[in-house]
Order: sequence, then structure tokens, then C-alpha cells
Amino acid sequence: MSEPEPLGWSRDDLATRAALDVPDGAYVNLGIGIPMLIASHIPDDREVWFHTENGVLGLGGVPEADEIDLDMQNAGKEYSKIVVGAAAFDSALSFAIVRGGHLDIAVLGGMQVTATGDLANWSVPGRTPGVGGAMDLVTGSKQVWVLMEHTDRTGTPKLMRHCTLPVTGTRCVSRVYTTLGVFQPAGTHFECIDLAPGVDRETVRGLTDAEVTFHDDARDGH
Amino acid sequence: MINKVRADALEMLSIVPDGASITIGGFGLTGVPIMLCDALCELDRKDLHIVSNNAGIDPTGVGRLVGEGRLRKFTGSFPSNKDFFTLFHRGRVELELVPQGTLAERMRAGGAGIPAFYTPTSAGTDLATGSYPARYDGNGQVTAWLPAKDVRVFGGTACVLETALATDFALVKSHRADRLGNLAFRLASRNFNVPAAMAGRVTFCESQSIVEVGEIEPDDVHLPGIFVQHVIQSRPGSFDAPNRGAAS
Repeated sequence: MSEPEPLGWSRDDLATRAALDVPDGAYVNLGIGIPMLIASHIPDDREVWFHTENGVLGLGGVPEADEIDLDMQNAGKEYSKIVVGAAAFDSALSFAIVRGGHLDIAVLGGMQVTATGDLANWSVPGRTPGVGGAMDLVTGSKQVWVLMEHTDRTGTPKLMRHCTLPVTGTRCVSRVYTTLGVFQPAGTHFECIDLAPGVDRETVRGLTDAEVTFHDDARDGH
Repeated sequence: MINKVRADALEMLSIVPDGASITIGGFGLTGVPIMLCDALCELDRKDLHIVSNNAGIDPTGVGRLVGEGRLRKFTGSFPSNKDFFTLFHRGRVELELVPQGTLAERMRAGGAGIPAFYTPTSAGTDLATGSYPARYDGNGQVTAWLPAKDVRVFGGTACVLETALATDFALVKSHRADRLGNLAFRLASRNFNVPAAMAGRVTFCESQSIVEVGEIEPDDVHLPGIFVQHVIQSRPGSFDAPNRGAAS
């Protein structure tokens, strides 16, 4: 299926941009979808440990066909590798890591985020039910980042004054990376701290439901 | 002498009645006691309350129990199975949707003698405010909602009261087991199997191998045998699942 060239960052660019902000030594949980792409974009000089809520700290990349271990999947139910030094544990301990505030960053996908940091990403009425670990991850992690398209498929904004979809957690999001830029929920508005190449402030304002202010670093069309 | 090793899965599971509550370990395709789920189907057990993270992501394991219409209620975090979706919306099965970490802790608490606990997870969401459907009628109308949870504030954080999950039985899968029921797991297939085994008043384990007592070093026992009542050799093939790839 071919799609028109999207405005701003591609999914891979978005993951690359977020990966730049993951500090050396961080323990990170990556949600299913775009967040998972971050793992392959961490700069080489940083040691970052990935947690998967089904019970491993030290998640690795995608195995070749002959490397598949039937006992090793990630939370997206894909077969995965582990890295040397990995630890395995049960789900209760895994969520003690999550809920107990031991993860530095949880990166999740999002449907809507508000300027107060509320996140909706788990439920669309009428669709398949399922919450997984999303509500635990947003509750416990030191920082919660959301990676998502700036608008939904119909062009409707996802950075909102109020969530119209059921929330996953309130006042939990510290940063949002969208295809158009990087945004911090600032209570009454989002502060844009970086713009994707070729994206200008007016475009962002037009595609954002909430108020947006722009940090000096977020320059038009750089 | 204690010997929890059983030879026949149907005979072993024949003590599970219709209507039983059963916690089942596994996450996605790893650590799922597929053979034991098959045995429940072959025994034609019905009206079960199944507690498990997933409702199956293919027609094996919990997915087979769901697909054959053997559930009256499902408690779990991610019932993304299409059969489940259909049955739920036609009013054929009740759903208790639980955040994944809360689910694991409720199982653990059930086995640990803790009747209830407070957690910040889900506070302020539809799962805590009585705003999520638990049951539909045959016409797609909601007839029951998840109950609103008690809320208390600790250190400025709103927390909800969650009750322990203890079930009549548990089905789990291990990598190694001995006749005492000591279990060892591999990698991500440990997942819910430990808290599930704790939650079951009677726990059955199918194991990829059954080893002599002492072969699992004391420090390598992930779940002590005191939590396990029955052990059986997993059927060859039931753990050689082909790469069925990713699902939701």
C-alpha cells in the first residue's frame, strides 16, 4: 500500500529523534509499534537496557530464523533476542519494576495527549478490548514519553485540550514526539521544543487542538 | 514419599468440574500450558472462569477454550482474540478487564494470603470508575459494568483497592520440574506461570522435562514445589510451536 509522502518525520526519523534523548545508562520500556523502533537507533556510545513487561531486562533485537528461541518473545509477542547480562523474572516482579518507579523511561504509542499530560492510548469504544500493561507503565515510570503521528488518519489532532477517548492515566506524560516535532505538556499548553525539518509553526498550530508555544530552538523550516 | 508426577493428563484433570475457576499461565505464545488446555477441552469442561493475561492469540491453549465456548467469564488484560470479541459482544461471556501488572499482583496476593491491596494503576480510568462494560446482552447492549473501585490517597497519589485472585485451580507450564513440583523456567516463558501457580488452590504443571530431585539446584528453583500439586510431562510437539509470528 503506497501512501503520500508524510509531512515531517517518518516513523523511523521519529524513533531516531527520540533515541537521541535516551541517556547513557537508562532503563527503558518500549511499547509496541513506533516506540520499538527506538532500540535500533540508540547512539553506539550509550549503554541502554530494555525492559519487556513479560519478564526480561536486557531485550535484544530481532532474531534470524535460525536464532529463534521459542521461550523468548517481547511484549508484542514477537520472537526476540536477549543481550549478554540479561535477567529473566516473572510477571509480578516485572511489574514491581514498572510500578515501583525503577524504570527511567517508558515510551508508549498514543491516541491522544493533553497539555496536562493525560494520555489516551488503550481503548476505542467498540474495538477489541485490551489494556495490557499500559496503565501500569504510565503510573510507575520516572518519565513517560509518547511517540505518535501528529494527527490521526483523518487528519484530526491528537494533541488535545481534553481527551475524548478513555484515558490510560492522568498527568503522566512528560514528553511527546510526533511526526511534526517534540512537545512538552506545560499544563495550559504544549511547549514545542523542536520542529521536524520543513515543518513551520503555523502548520503545527493548525494541526493541534491544544494551545502551543514555541521554544527558541523550534525554528521554522530548518 | 511425595510423587506429584502423573502419567495421564485426562485422568489428572478429571477432578476439575464444570464451572471451575482456573488461572492459566503464559504470555502470548510463550509458557502456555497448551496440553493441559487441550485436556480440559477433551474432557468437555464448560462454564469456566478463566484467569489469564491473554485470551489466546491463536486457536491453541486459552484460545481453544475460548473458541469452543467453554468460558462463562474471563479475567485478564489483553483478550485480543477475535473469538473472544464476538462472544463478549454477543453476551456469551463476561469480561473482567484488569491492567497487566494488577493482574499479576492479584494472582500473587491470592497465593500470598493478602486479601487486597492498593495500587495507583488505573486510578481515574474507566476500569476504576465503573465505566467499562463487563457484560452485554444478545443485542449488544451493556447489562453490567465493572464495579467502581474504592479510592484512597497515599502520599498525594490516588490509589485503587484491588482484591486478590485465588482460583480453584491453576494450569502452568515449566521448562523443568521434579517429582516434588519444584519448577524452573526459561527466559520470557516464566511470565505469569509463577503468580498463576501461587493463585491456584490446586496447581497442575506441564513441564518440557521432568528431572531427578536435586537436578534443579536450590538457587535455581523459580517456584518451590509446595505451590504445585500435580506435574506431567508435556506432550512432545506442544512446545515445538512453529514460528507463528506476531499478533496484536
